[in-house]
Formats: sequence, C-alpha cells, structure tokens
Amino acid sequence: MELIQYALDNLDLLGSRMLEHIALVGVAVGIATVTGVPIGIAITKNERLAKSVLYAASIIVTIPSIALFGIMIPVLSLIGQGIGYLPAVIAVLLYSQLPIIRNTYTAINNVDPALREAARGIGMSQNQRLRMVEIPLAVPVIMAGVRTAVVLNIGVMAIAAYIGAGGLGTFISRGISQSDPRQLIVGAIAVSLLAILVDYALLALQKRLTPLGMERAAETA
Amino acid sequence: MIQLDNLTKVFDTPKGAVTAADNISMEVPAGEICILLGPSGCGKTTTLKMINRIIRPSSGRVFINGEDTTDLDTQTLRRNIGYVIQQIGLFPNMTIEENISVVPRLLGWDKTKYRERARELMDMIALDPDAFLKRYPSELSGGQQQRIGVARALAADPPVMLMDEPFGAIDPINRAVIQDEFLKMQEALQKTIMFVSHDIDEAIKMGDKVAVFREGKLVQYSTPDDLLAAPRNAFVESFLGEDRTLKRLNLVRVRDVVSDEIGTVSPGDTLETALARIDDFGYQNAIMVVNDKRQPLGLITRALARTTRGYCRDHVQKVPATVSLDDDLRKVASQMFAQDTTWLPCLDDQGRVCGQITQRAMTHYLGSRFRPSSSDARQSDAATEE
Repeated sequence: MELIQYALDNLDLLGSRMLEHIALVGVAVGIATVTGVPIGIAITKNERLAKSVLYAASIIVTIPSIALFGIMIPVLSLIGQGIGYLPAVIAVLLYSQLPIIRNTYTAINNVDPALREAARGIGMSQNQRLRMVEIPLAVPVIMAGVRTAVVLNIGVMAIAAYIGAGGLGTFISRGISQSDPRQLIVGAIAVSLLAILVDYALLALQKRLTPLGMERAAETA
Repeated sequence: MIQLDNLTKVFDTPKGAVTAADNISMEVPAGEICILLGPSGCGKTTTLKMINRIIRPSSGRVFINGEDTTDLDTQTLRRNIGYVIQQIGLFPNMTIEENISVVPRLLGWDKTKYRERARELMDMIALDPDAFLKRYPSELSGGQQQRIGVARALAADPPVMLMDEPFGAIDPINRAVIQDEFLKMQEALQKTIMFVSHDIDEAIKMGDKVAVFREGKLVQYSTPDDLLAAPRNAFVESFLGEDRTLKRLNLVRVRDVVSDEIGTVSPGDTLETALARIDDFGYQNAIMVVNDKRQPLGLITRALARTTRGYCRDHVQKVPATVSLDDDLRKVASQMFAQDTTWLPCLDDQGRVCGQITQRAMTHYLGSRFRPSSSDARQSDAATEE
C-alpha cells in the first residue's frame, strides 16, 4: 500500500525519469545498431576477423558496468565529460555490440547456401544479394539481438545513476543512500516493468519487419 | 549454342591438387538439351557451374552463341543464362511474382512489362496467375515450387539454360509430369540447355545428347540411342546397366521397325482364300480383314479358316491390339506381352492398316547394333569425338 501511495505521489517524477531512461538506452542501442549491423555483415567475409571481433565484443561484456564507468571517468574528463550522459551512453553502446554483432553475423552466415547460389546464379551483385535476400532473411535474428541488447542495458542504465546520468536508477541509488525501501523498490519494479514492456514492443516491431513469407521462421527465432 | 573449349578446374585441397574437370571440350547445338551424366564426383556439376562462373574455371573458355564469354562481366553473363538448381532456391521473403520477376527487375525492365511477363510465364507452366502470384514459396508444394524455379530462370528469355539436377528432389510421379511439361515447353522455346543428372532414365528421356563423365573426364558424348547401343567402354556400359537394351525400347519408334508388307483379306473373300493367303504369306496364326479404306475390321485365324466354310465377313474375330507409327517399342512390347502375341498390326495417322511389327523384327533391330559391324560404329564414333 505504502509503495503504491509513494508511486502515485511521485508519478510525475517517475514518468520523467522513465522517459530519461528510455532516451538513454534508445540513443545508445540505436547507435549500437547502426554500427553493429554493418560490422556483423562485414565480418561474414572474413572468418578470422570475425573471430577476433566477436572475441573482443565478448570481453567488453565481461567488464562490470561499475568498473567500466570508473575507467571512463579519467579518460572522458579530458573533454570535461567524466560523468553524466556521455559515459552512460558509451557504456551501453559497448555492451550492445556483442548481441547485435553476433546475431547479425550468425543470421547472415546462416542464410541457406542454396539461396545464396540461386541469387548469384541469376546475376545479383553482392550488394543486391545483401539488400534483396540476405538482410531481409536476417531481420528476425538481428532484431532478436537488438531486443537482447535493449533488455540487458535497461538494467545497466539503472547503475549509470551513480555517475549522474539520471534515469530510473536514481530512485534505487537514493533509496539505498537514504535507507528508503519505498524508493528502492519502486525504482526496481519500474526498471523491470520497463524492460518487459519494451521487449514486447520490440517483439511487435520485429514481427512487422519480418518478411511476410517467413513468418513461420520468425516464431522460432 | 554452348561451346566448351578445354575447360579445366583444379581444386587445391589439403591433400594436393584435385582435377575436378579435365580439359572438357564439347558443343551443344542451339535448341538442344544436353544431359551431363555420371556418378557423383565425376565433374558434371563442376563443368556446368563453370559456364556461369559459380565455379571459376582454372583454364579454358566458354562460348555462348559463338561469343567468347571470358571477358564478359560476371553479372551480365549470369543474367543472360537461366539457372535452375535442385534445391530450387526461391527467395522465401518474396512473393511468387517477385521471385519470377527478379531477373527482369535486375535488368531494369519497367513494371508493366515484367508483371505481364510473370503472368505469361505462369500460363506457360500451367499455374493459375491469380491464385499463385501473390503467394509465398512456403505455401506451395515442391513440384509447384520447382515449376516456379523454372519460370524464374526463363523470365528474361535467356537463350541458354543451365539446370543442376532440377527435378532430383521431386517425387517420382510429379517428376515424370514436370519432365513431360518441360519437354513440351522446350519444343516451343528451343532453348539451348545443359542439364546435370545422375539418372540414366531421365537422361534418355530428356536429352537430345548425353555426355557421360567419369573422374573429371568426358568419356562419351552421343545421342541417347547411340549411347545405349554402343557404349564406348566398360565403365559406360556398367553405368548404363545390364538392361540398357530395354531402355532403348523407349527411344525406337514403330516407324523405324515396321514392315509395310502385310497380307490382308477383304470381307467379301471366302475363308478358303483367307487360308490360302495365310499360307502364301507364311503367317502362323491369322490374317487381317480390312475394308476398302484399309481400316481394320478384325482377324481370321488359321484354325477357323481350315475348319469352316463361308465368307470372311461372317467370321471376323476381334483384333487384340493395334499400334501406331509414333508409338515407342516399349509400348509395343508391353502390348505383345499383355496379349500373348508376337505380332501386331500398325495403323497410320488416318487409322489405316499400313504394316505390321513382329517381335522378331524388334529383336533384330535392337540386336543389329551389337553384331560385329558395331565395332566399326564404335571406332567411327571415337573418331568424331576427337
């Protein structure tokens, strides 16, 4: 009861923090998609490069977010951005690379060799093959990677409150520092709900982007 | 016309260089279907795929309609060659219409033109355009998908088509139907076609010429009938199977074997006359009764003619079966077995009795290629190959 009362009393704040949170994750994963998908496609041409890129991306994910923020403070301080918005976006951007690059790489690599041969045989250039066949077929798996990145990073972004990036994490950090379980729990629930809702929204988007003829394939992805 | 000039492919493998195709030189005349036949790993598919550079030749040249393709840009080359593969390879993200019109779109046709072409092609492959054009490949059966695969290859009306075991994944009943449809289409389209198969029966049915491959080499290149009658060596012979002569039954027409000398009687003749004729012609069992238009009315058997008196018209017995000049010997043999007879009357296009075919004549015709003179045939065949 107390929690609901608190949430209702602070509805405005909760809403604006949530928008902040969405904006942070959205910008970061958006940039990560724009960079990760081309990287994922590019590395399908070279197996050794693919291995090193995926390895590097995996290592980044193993760095605890708190440590990553800590590392970035001295570096970004050089341009006066040691804490706040920029390091938060960069961290999420880095964490998002692995699921997006890996899913893109796998999806493009897994396009049926017969389709690739048919596409070559009828005279499509490499770009036409990507645009007309391989990317459309890879969309469901690429989108699944984007969803993983978003859900993962909604959690990471909650910790970015400690470096002053804002978002729903501020409820949690204040709850801890002020020993106020209401703020802590409302913040935690809000982060979880946001993750679930966004995942559903992206799933709907994934279905819309999936070519009609492959809907059955998308359901298993 | 497709012409291969010393086409060679050497693959570098961890175990050393492997020659998948060894100096293949051959020519497929315009409008003919050439079947590349052989066991797996014999180089037939490699040879086919070097023509549209899915596999890059190590050396040698490919000419299409007399033009050396070596300097052609790969995409241009491929867009002018229809390509059909066993796995069909329809794009699942595109509708049937988009699949069929993909090459015209690559070639920059305008929308009304390629949409019209798609409908035309659907008519050609006997699928209803309104029912199918807006559907997706996953909604079609395997046989329907492969028909679409063929339509896609034909879309831009290329002079040449390459087909890599196109009907290999289709069940036997549908395969026969699609083969027949394809042959009928080919009669009208007159494409120059290279067609990979490992099925001898398919090769004999579909091919104007058959090229047999073994271990990267072209072993024999001849018409299906020559191939079956005069296999070049023991390998070809064993590959064709011990019943290869029976397979020739499919290829030989009644008109090649028919004897146009046939004794007949008319309804007004007496049975005495009939008996005399039977003896004159040396028939064992019976003689045909025909009317004045030489249409078959029936038979008078020797036994009946000997024991009965009267006119033929009153004693005519039913003719067990007749064959026409365009039937193949397989059908004739089947009729003979079914009717327990060793001869059958032949009818021409107007349904007139024009001759007879006997089991002896068939055996003689098929066997003549194997008697001593056949060794000359082999040698002269070998000479033309070089």
